[in-house]
Amino acid sequence: MAKQIKVSLIGNPNTGKTSVFNLLTGLNQQVGNYPGITVEKKEGICKLSRGVKAHILDLPGTYSLNASSLDENVVIELLLNKKDKDFPDVAVVVTDVENLKRNLLLFTQIKDLEIPTILVINMADRMQRRGISLDIPRLEKELNTKIALVSARKKQGIDELKKMIESYASLPKSPCVDALTFAPDYFERLQQAFPNQSLYKLWLVITQDVNFRKVDKQELDISPDFQIKSESELKRLQQKETIKRYQFINNVLKQGVTVDEKAATGLRERLDRILTHKFWGYFIFFGILLLIFQAIYDWSSYPMDLIDEAFAWLSEATKSALPAGPFVDLITDGIIPGLGGIVIFIPQIAFLFLFISILEESGYMSRVVFLMDRGMRKFGLSGKSVVPLVSGTACAIPAVMATRNIESWKERLITILVVPFTTCSARLPVYLIIIALVIPDEKVGWIFGYQSLTLMFLYFLGFGAAVGAAWILNKVLKIKSKSYFVIEMPGYKVPLFKNVMINVIEKTKAFVFGAGKIILAISIILWVLASFGPNDKFDQAEEIVTATHSDLSGEELENEIVSYKLEHSFIGYAGKGIEPIVAPLGYDWKIGIGIISSFAAREVFVGTLATIYSVGSDEEETIKNRMAAEVHEKTGRPVFNFASGISLLLFYAFAMQCMSTLAIVKRETNGWRWPTIQLFFMSGLAYVVALIAYQILK
Amino acid sequence: MKTTIAHLKKGQRALIKEIPTDVIPLKLLEMGCLPGNEVQLLQTAPFSCPMYLNINGSHLAIRREVAAEIEVQIL
Repeated sequence: MAKQIKVSLIGNPNTGKTSVFNLLTGLNQQVGNYPGITVEKKEGICKLSRGVKAHILDLPGTYSLNASSLDENVVIELLLNKKDKDFPDVAVVVTDVENLKRNLLLFTQIKDLEIPTILVINMADRMQRRGISLDIPRLEKELNTKIALVSARKKQGIDELKKMIESYASLPKSPCVDALTFAPDYFERLQQAFPNQSLYKLWLVITQDVNFRKVDKQELDISPDFQIKSESELKRLQQKETIKRYQFINNVLKQGVTVDEKAATGLRERLDRILTHKFWGYFIFFGILLLIFQAIYDWSSYPMDLIDEAFAWLSEATKSALPAGPFVDLITDGIIPGLGGIVIFIPQIAFLFLFISILEESGYMSRVVFLMDRGMRKFGLSGKSVVPLVSGTACAIPAVMATRNIESWKERLITILVVPFTTCSARLPVYLIIIALVIPDEKVGWIFGYQSLTLMFLYFLGFGAAVGAAWILNKVLKIKSKSYFVIEMPGYKVPLFKNVMINVIEKTKAFVFGAGKIILAISIILWVLASFGPNDKFDQAEEIVTATHSDLSGEELENEIVSYKLEHSFIGYAGKGIEPIVAPLGYDWKIGIGIISSFAAREVFVGTLATIYSVGSDEEETIKNRMAAEVHEKTGRPVFNFASGISLLLFYAFAMQCMSTLAIVKRETNGWRWPTIQLFFMSGLAYVVALIAYQILK
Repeated sequence: MKTTIAHLKKGQRALIKEIPTDVIPLKLLEMGCLPGNEVQLLQTAPFSCPMYLNINGSHLAIRREVAAEIEVQIL
């Protein structure tokens, strides 16, 4: 394989770094995780001229090399470790022409590491509107680099950037500013101890320990004498360093940038006046939320119905095309419905991420954070918890990951712990089928049906539980954490279609393959457990049933045999075993099976009941009718009556039934402690609430 | 009593005088919140928190208690 040029894309958030990445790599990109942590790793290949290729790594957005979060730490770990296989041949620092001053701070730090660096000034299409003009040759000289003026929106300047990447070897490696002048004695000693190292690199290694955490992989062994005595002393020095850098930047910009204030138009000011308004701001936000819910529940129902029918058809077609046997049963009753259970969520998840990425790309999301911060803080949450809580209505997994930009550990932890209460799309199928069974299909007033009101109530219940639990956690948790909150309010932009689409596809793929694997595995295991039994009763079901039910024949006999088999299969015994525990909630052993299997993932419930009740029948409608006709063995009443139905709905509203979420919480909180607490607290609450509801209603 | 960002009225500009580095996150400094720089209050959420500021050309929002630590001189 020909040598690839290794490129790291670095930049502040909101500089259009990802747009530049998308332009360089096209769809030729893949998203993974950094080993051991859940920070997204985006990489792609960019074709340069004459068969030369560049491997582009899109590093997480960071404001500086002084990390304060896991995402930012990734950048430092890479840039300090020359042995890392991704260590860049050339760093491309992306900046926004409107925020050059702030964006250049990071650039001066990267230059100090003596890595060949290209400066991209992005959003060049906005220069005219903001009255900005640049003296590029002057800036290149002062900043000791090459500058590519790019407009990712208009797709301009990318070819020049590619050429610069290709001839990276000619880029100057030296720093552009000497920022470490505030403690001459100290730095002189440091340099003498490590004559071959860049001074800034040494300084970074020393300071990161205090900043965020110790740098993992670096070959330097710096003696403890060089440690800064106290944290406040360090911060004082870092302030001096920052001031030094800004002095340099201000000087450079004075020479190379002119801004004609009169030419600038105040789009931001005008939009902010409405969107962050004390009344209209909230009004618009709730309007947008309503629109999102409408899309998720109404619009996505059409593709979902299609998917549902397609999989039912596929299952039937396979059954009739292949010879009967246990292996074909596994495919038609285990794997295909299992796959269908995953694919059916795609429309909802895609719609949710479509809206979220439009809101983020446009810059509106920061305004929501601004508006909601005060209210959320009352409950120990942050304004930044709004995004995870809204995302949670699709799936708790991306929602938990979306908490990363919350600075205060306590607020972040509380958000992670309560997010699974919000009604995720996996609960929806359970809700829909139970509601259809136990809530009358009648209208109250003109428009609202009891069924849709119940669904809406369950959503409010989810949010209520999340906020309530946050309030309790805020009182109970004794975590000291610096509660600072800084959020950038980026300028408004029309979202780029390509960025939005790539984001939607990526997030949907992550769901399908992440959660999908588990759901598929569970449905296969379930099928196996339901198809084999521990003793003779299972194998001899046919003889036993024929002997005891001599009056039955044909299909009725078939059904009797199948349900006898189920009762004496492995899963049947497991269900019987849990029955004493779930009986006070109004459930029988079959629902018990559903609940056991739901602890892996909620959406498995409907699939399990379908497997249990579908035996002998093919159509969707019959499953519902069968569930409705199911009579409790002991009480003689329908199994799915009003009381047990409500109890089941409440159980699913509160219980922690998702292994993937627990796994992600474990990774994000660095241990099993919090996911374990989450599991027992939520499921315990679910049990108690469902118990009370059933005992009152029955 | 010292004047801080928390005392600013909407639209008012001020110069940052003193920053207690112990209580102010480094990130805020790096975003341009440094002595000598200009700050303008653009908007506040209900109950004046958080505060939406333009600091040295950067648009950002911070909570009131942090704003109350940053000493300024109103222009």
